[in-house]
Amino acid sequence: MLELSIDGQSLRVAQGTTVAAALMSCGDHCSRTSVGGQRRAPLCGMGICQECRVNINGRRRLACQTICQDGMQVETHS
Amino acid sequence: MSRPVDLLIIGAGPAGMAAALAAAPSGISIAILDDNPLPGGQIWRDGPQAQLPVQATEMRAQLQRCSNIHRHSASKVVALAGPKKLLLEDGERGYVLEYGQLILCTGARELLLPFPGWTLPGVTGAGGLQALIKGGLPVSGERIVIAGTGPLLLASAATAKKNGASVVRVAEQAAFDAVSRFAMGLWQWPNKAAQAVRLASKAYRTSAYVLEALGSDRLEAVRVQVGSRIEEMACERLACGFSLVPNTEIGKALGCEIRDSAIAVNEWQASSLVDHYAAGECTGFGGSELALVEGRIAGLVAVGQQEKARELWPERQRWQRFAKRLNQAFALDPAIRNLAKADTLVCRCEDVVYAELAEHTSWNAAKLNTRCGMGACQGRICSTAAQTLFGWEPPHLRPPFSPTRIATLACLDEAKPSS
Repeated sequence: MLELSIDGQSLRVAQGTTVAAALMSCGDHCSRTSVGGQRRAPLCGMGICQECRVNINGRRRLACQTICQDGMQVETHS
Repeated sequence: MSRPVDLLIIGAGPAGMAAALAAAPSGISIAILDDNPLPGGQIWRDGPQAQLPVQATEMRAQLQRCSNIHRHSASKVVALAGPKKLLLEDGERGYVLEYGQLILCTGARELLLPFPGWTLPGVTGAGGLQALIKGGLPVSGERIVIAGTGPLLLASAATAKKNGASVVRVAEQAAFDAVSRFAMGLWQWPNKAAQAVRLASKAYRTSAYVLEALGSDRLEAVRVQVGSRIEEMACERLACGFSLVPNTEIGKALGCEIRDSAIAVNEWQASSLVDHYAAGECTGFGGSELALVEGRIAGLVAVGQQEKARELWPERQRWQRFAKRLNQAFALDPAIRNLAKADTLVCRCEDVVYAELAEHTSWNAAKLNTRCGMGACQGRICSTAAQTLFGWEPPHLRPPFSPTRIATLACLDEAKPSS
């Protein structure tokens, strides 16, 4: 198991878990806020739709194509 | 710039892996690129809740053993950087890679079509949900509705069930006659027949499709048309995908001919562009067996082994016949095109609703007037949906092909010949 932070909330996940899978199981399960103000969650799961773009350690990444690392800081409101 | 390679393969799914392994014994330098952290593509996606078939783990091990195959994982193509040069980006840096020959194995994505409520958290693609579960998403105890079309629905249902979810409905839009004709013909491909039996689900209904996803902040229930009845089912997740569409964007940008929404190839898997080949789902949806044999052919031809490649033609033909039947059986019912209402979002990046798009007569006019397709996904979701909904030809993708760091774009300067 490893520990990461999603919007300041700490979460323990199994080795190899994607950030998309992690954020869908904590907080409001969402990854971003749309231009119209709706909260959105990962959709395609395979790097196409960009709904899961989040800030990881200060860089914008696709959560579905990033594997969780110990100590990772994930922001979904930026 | 990175050191030039003799052969670049874009995509490390079954086709790309097979191509690399077929070309490797020649000793040429090979680079295999994939935007995912691990090889395997979608069908052989690894993760904490994935069970890989033996063939996948063996091929992965073989890739690792070949010292002339260099893996560029979590790397994407950003732009063209000159003749036989591509601008790439990984998690840390951007760089330009020059190649002698290229095999496009860019796979396919799900056709995701808009319906009321499809932007609610809790709604994903059908293959999308399967990918997320393999990647560690816990679904134990959840009620899940799976909808759309094609065999992927059953595969996704099986993954959800194995991980403790209760699949309350599998809604297949194709009619019973078409699906049963397809199933009856499966004896010609025994492994597929066995798979169908293994995946069979009591929740499966034909002529069934989602009308609406219901909920305020997240999905709470789904309304489904099942034949002439309408069902409303409470659920935590809806996974909806209308089969697959080839990822042709990079091939198109390079100048490869596109036919029937796929990269056109000849019997050698060669595209219309010299030294550029394509294999697997980007040349037309057909399943992993077809992708594997096409990949092997492309890899062999790239290293001048035409005779060996020719020996694989009968096997490719066998799987092409399977692909043809598959595509016939799961053709879309016109009713699916009418699921979106006037206020349903079609472009999820720029929040553009159906009614705004319907005022226009072409993709370009719609894009210029509404900003649809101008967001982060570059229209990969909405222009593909618009093709199904309005018959609009999807646009050529302009670089950068996906959101990119400024520092990566600066690498384009290095690619220019020095004056």
